[in-house]
Amino acid sequence: MDTIISLFLIFIGAALINNFVLHYFVGICPFIGVSRRVDMAFGMGCAVTFVIAIAATLSWTLTFYILRPDAPLSAWLWKALGGNPGITVDLSILSYIAYIFVIASSVQFVEMYVKKFFPALHRSFGIFLPLITTNCAILFACLEIMKNLQGGDQLWGLHHALALSVGGGIGFTIAIVIMAGLREELELCDVPKALKGPGIALLVAGILAMAFMGFTGVDRGVADAIRTLTHN
Amino acid sequence: MASSSPSPAERFIAGILPENPIYRQMLGMCPTLAVTNSLKPALTMAIATTFVLLCANISISLIRPLLKPHLRILVFTLTIAAFVTIADRLLAAYLYEMSKQLGPYVPLIIVNCIIISRCEACASKQPLPHAIADAIGMGIGFTLALASLGFVRELLGMGSLFGHQVLPSSWPNWGILVLPPGAFLTLGALLGAVNAWTARRKARQLSN
Repeated sequence: MDTIISLFLIFIGAALINNFVLHYFVGICPFIGVSRRVDMAFGMGCAVTFVIAIAATLSWTLTFYILRPDAPLSAWLWKALGGNPGITVDLSILSYIAYIFVIASSVQFVEMYVKKFFPALHRSFGIFLPLITTNCAILFACLEIMKNLQGGDQLWGLHHALALSVGGGIGFTIAIVIMAGLREELELCDVPKALKGPGIALLVAGILAMAFMGFTGVDRGVADAIRTLTHN
Repeated sequence: MASSSPSPAERFIAGILPENPIYRQMLGMCPTLAVTNSLKPALTMAIATTFVLLCANISISLIRPLLKPHLRILVFTLTIAAFVTIADRLLAAYLYEMSKQLGPYVPLIIVNCIIISRCEACASKQPLPHAIADAIGMGIGFTLALASLGFVRELLGMGSLFGHQVLPSSWPNWGILVLPPGAFLTLGALLGAVNAWTARRKARQLSN
């Protein structure tokens, strides 16, 4: 039960309370630049959620078995090569390069796969896929996973990593779809000349971020409710 | 040909105001919004980004005859990732508190669009002096933008600059400016101010 609650807390935290876009400011470029049509924004959000889940799975595996301090695979290799067993093997200095490599190649593979097997889907949001490589949200998810695998009492499992990445992807989709809807309306508004375009979009995003601050504490409340329900 | 291939000096000037990465090109928004709640982290982030931008521009410019078109983005990101690792380790070694405070935003320099766009638009096509001038100009432009945001947010949000109280204690702190929504609001307002100022200057030039 505790596992389910902790997974739920990670998921809600990433999707609503500490929304990737409105709290951590990752994935701002498509949020401000691309989102003008709701259907395109939804396509972009789905593509990001998909890639973020794949990249998180791969980077969790990589970090857990190879990159983190005293990881099983690299420690075994160190010993097999006759290294000093007293030394802790720590390859985390390579992690940034490894993550970028994982993200770039998984975007490439996802694009090839979607193009081959879902041509209709590829026509509708295939153009977004190459852009995703430089979407900060994906690297951010990988870094959060790394932070929770650096030692300490509770190492994250793959399910935690997936809860964070899917929650973050859904949070990104929610934010970008709301923003696209607002900007569709903004096209018809009489905005001061100097604020046209990104200026007014940023102000609207600020108000949206304030609205999302209202979710603070929702996770604790729901978790407590679940706990009392299961106890009775 | 002056317009198609500007000299190093012109590139240097262009980066600071006319093509300012934040206020003109809207690139690299993630660190701009995330670390500017006070001046100190904003300046640290700006210096780290400028360092990575300069190193990446130099190495890409040096290896530009070897670049293959279809692999160039991957080469750019891997080069940047290597330099970001160096910057991250240096920060952790010498400015540990600051590196803790900046947290994931230091590694996120890797996906900062400014650096990739400068590698793509300038360093992969231009010789070394142009690339260096471009990187320093863009770096100063980015630093100015981050410093202006950090200045407004720290001054109005906490009444202090670099952690020293400067406004009288009767100043009601605008707490919202230090919180995430304040980043969006301040940048939007500053962007509007910069646009209004440029438009007015252009109108005055036309009337003269």
